[in-house]
Amino acid sequence: MSINLLQFLRRRTGSAPVARERLQILLAHERGLRSQPDLLGILREEILAVVSRHIELDPDKVVVRMDRGSSVSTLEVDIEIPNGVDKRLAAAS
Amino acid sequence: MAKVLVVTSGKGGVGKTTSTAAIGAALAQRGEKVVVVDFDVGLRNLDLIMGAERRVVFDLINVAQGVAKLSQALIRDKRLESLWLLPASQTRDKDALTEEGVRDIIADLRTKFDWVICDSPAGIERGATLAMRYADEAIVVTNPEVSSVRDADRIIGMLDSKTVKAEAGEQVKKHVLITRYDTGRAARGEMLSIDDILEILAIPLLGIIPESQDVLRASNVGSPVTLNDAASMPARAYSDAARRLTGETVAMMVPAEPRRGFMDRLLGRRAA
Ligand SMILES: Nc1ncnc2c1ncn2[C@@H]1O[C@H](COP(=O)(O)OP(=O)(O)O)[C@@H](O)[C@H]1O
Ligand SMILES: [Mg+2]
Repeated sequence: MSINLLQFLRRRTGSAPVARERLQILLAHERGLRSQPDLLGILREEILAVVSRHIELDPDKVVVRMDRGSSVSTLEVDIEIPNGVDKRLAAAS
Repeated sequence: MAKVLVVTSGKGGVGKTTSTAAIGAALAQRGEKVVVVDFDVGLRNLDLIMGAERRVVFDLINVAQGVAKLSQALIRDKRLESLWLLPASQTRDKDALTEEGVRDIIADLRTKFDWVICDSPAGIERGATLAMRYADEAIVVTNPEVSSVRDADRIIGMLDSKTVKAEAGEQVKKHVLITRYDTGRAARGEMLSIDDILEILAIPLLGIIPESQDVLRASNVGSPVTLNDAASMPARAYSDAARRLTGETVAMMVPAEPRRGFMDRLLGRRAA
């Protein structure tokens, strides 16, 4: 299913790439809700607890997400650390 | 051993019934003993697409409730010896179909056929879950369009959690069938590409069925498209899909916009 150059150039003008982007974001979210709603909640709480022992965190800034792929799935953990703390981290290490 | 195959999608109007009839007939043409079962209680259509609407006497619910025997409800196709239909009823009472009733009918059909193909109703409610409940394999039908792909994703989640196979820790074997694929719109980048859909849904591709007038023509005369015009593009794509289901390796035909050169136009040739 190779895409030739002409098709590629034409596709850039179409709306399909936008559709694809939107779907990927939406489905990552919906799959997260679907696959054992509690597992992600538990992970989030425990990660928050561990990290909070060392760094002061805003609980709302900890995001745990699951994404299903064809051969592997990924668990994405996104923690926003307030400014200043990262300096302390660097100094400690 | 018999295989129970559900044709499902979540979204309505994507081509489940068309695909059930076309693939069922293609398998029967290859000598397999096939029954197509209409699970769309209240909105039955498979009988019309198969051209058997005037021969329906008893239906799925009659059998489930013990009013009729399975052999009384099964309708043999007029064109193919080994193709049968079990129609849905037109009753409005969807609760008339119980899980136990469906289980017993499917178990009975397994002893009589090579393929039991269940045409699912749209939605994610009871009707759709009953149609997939006892499946070994699933064809997830989708169109190259966002809402259809989203629903397909949801159905895949249900196949992985709400089927007897899934509950036993096994997997329903899933295939995606992309239907109503419009080559012109694909070339202009107006439709999700095949690669996009496969990447998003992450299940193997069973076939790509082009958008085609031949499908409408076949439904008008009550004949599965694979029987009505076997040489047409959708019929060939469906036949290839049926062969893949039986385990054959068949090169994937990606419907392309007919590119017509000067000589072709002069000679009135059409690209294949
Ligand atoms: N490949 C196709 N090309 C053109 N029309 C199609 C194609 N597949 C399905 N259709 C049409 O789309 C409509 C819905 O198809 P149907 O098989 O009844 O969908 P579903 O069972 O998923 O609701 C019908 O009018 C049918 O003729
Ligand atoms: Mg239908």
